Amino acid sequence: MSINKEEIKKIAHLARINVSQTEVDQVEKKLVGILALIEKMQKVNTNSIEPMSHALDINQPLREDKVTAKDIRDKSLDLAPHSEQSLFIVPQVIE
Amino acid sequence: MLNLSLKELSQALEKKEFTSVELTQFFLNRIKKLNPSLNAFITVDEARSLAMAEKSDQIIQAGKKSILTGIPIAQKDIFCSEGWRTTCGSKMLENFISPYDSTVIHKFNDVGAVNIGKTNMDEFAMGSSNETSYFGPVKNPWALDCVPGGSSGGSAVAVAARLAPAATGTDTGGSIRQPASLCGFTGLKPTYGLVSRYGMIAFASSLDQAGPMAISAEDCALMLNVMTGHDEQDSTSLNRKKENYSNSIDKKIDGLKIGIPKEFFEEGLSSDVEKVIEEALKYYEKLGAKIVNISLPNNYLSIPAYYVIAPAEASSNLSRYDGVRYGHRAKEYDDLIDMYFKTRQEGFGDEVKRRILIGTYVLSAGYFDAYYLKAQKIRRLISNDFKSAYEKCDLIMGPSAPSVAFKSGEKQEDPLAMYMQDVFTISTNLAGLPAMSIPAGFVNELPVGLQLIGNHFEEAKILNAAHIYQKNTDWHLQHPKGID
Repeated sequence: MSINKEEIKKIAHLARINVSQTEVDQVEKKLVGILALIEKMQKVNTNSIEPMSHALDINQPLREDKVTAKDIRDKSLDLAPHSEQSLFIVPQVIE
Repeated sequence: MLNLSLKELSQALEKKEFTSVELTQFFLNRIKKLNPSLNAFITVDEARSLAMAEKSDQIIQAGKKSILTGIPIAQKDIFCSEGWRTTCGSKMLENFISPYDSTVIHKFNDVGAVNIGKTNMDEFAMGSSNETSYFGPVKNPWALDCVPGGSSGGSAVAVAARLAPAATGTDTGGSIRQPASLCGFTGLKPTYGLVSRYGMIAFASSLDQAGPMAISAEDCALMLNVMTGHDEQDSTSLNRKKENYSNSIDKKIDGLKIGIPKEFFEEGLSSDVEKVIEEALKYYEKLGAKIVNISLPNNYLSIPAYYVIAPAEASSNLSRYDGVRYGHRAKEYDDLIDMYFKTRQEGFGDEVKRRILIGTYVLSAGYFDAYYLKAQKIRRLISNDFKSAYEKCDLIMGPSAPSVAFKSGEKQEDPLAMYMQDVFTISTNLAGLPAMSIPAGFVNELPVGLQLIGNHFEEAKILNAAHIYQKNTDWHLQHPKGID
């Protein structure tokens, strides 16, 4: 499996990252190299192997649903590029 | 103050030979003098550090000190620290002032350690040379035209150039151990889940682990004693009893079985580094250890599996940087979608974009089984290799990095060559094992690190073996010229 310019444009769109026409050649060259490296995995037979998602095979712990964090609402809103009346402001989405 | 260990600094503070304010000022002065050429720190806040030192002096005066009270620690700029700018080496977070403390920072604050500043790093911890930082590259104090390694390059240089007595780092694929090797000091990546990731900016959540970076194993143990512990705020934090890593550090290592994986001495390792490592292993035999030959047959798959798992997790973790709630937002845009695109184009550097694209690709429809699931299966094969190896030995040893520090710019345009820097470190992250790098010699006046890998939760055993070596050698006490 390898990747072409069309696919790069598709994944760049999914990832919400602009890849300009001038960058796409360089990006393609480097991604093709990285994918070739990854490709080594395909030769290994892993049919009877369980996938491993946690290094210690530990399950997700559960806890009671209670508030533990401090209230940092105002501090958090202050960090926003644009906030008004306790709301994060973004460009209009719905007409 | 310059070359005292954490224990010695602690004793001097206790005996009132100097105050925490004096000690903090001493290191702030060194940072002022040396940081312009080394670029190890992104943020230094003298007033804030000195205020912390004053508070620590009061604790000491009141006779309530613990071992790290009043000691300045450099913090990797990946740890959210309330009131401090926390950038993760990215333009995306250039002006982000953290509204809360990460657990690691909280624990250091709790014992009255002084935050001496936030250290430079590869952007979002993605890199092995500290050249992907938005805040400029960090220079290796052993040779200013060489890289310090990465991603914890700023912390590495802070310790190596004695800009701080010790520092914190994080290690996703080798980011503590490889810079420790390239800069000649001691660094430990603990078992996955031992140190809380709460407030530690996420790169690859199933691999990221914080650890100590210091001159010696003894100092690392003291740091680890503070850093570990179960944390309900991190769902991957392990719920187990806290250990004291200093207790058994001085035990004899007679009969310790050291496994040497033959795969660590095949292709990729520079012959000069190999010689240094072989000398160190011979020295361990002299100290009473036994060498056992082992094999990690799937180690060659660790880089391929890592470059699926880590980018996949990163692409998901970094989707939060959208210019809405915090961080960079592009100045001009047409609509919401355009704002996302431009914000992320401007805010992320090339390596971060590459990894997000790779991650998005391997997770996209039709490719998930072939890449992500496959990599998770390979991950188990790698983990199983270690399980079999530990039936034959107590610890595994080998090189930390394939070469000594390389020239700045040398691998910057070749991601694959850069990725090979972590060929001996990545498998332990995939298996979640604790591993350490300790100075073991030099090649052309550049330091070489020996890697010690333990089974899960065997930090104490690694620290013990490292300490006994350091008691009998002085590689870890060497420091670069021109920094006194």
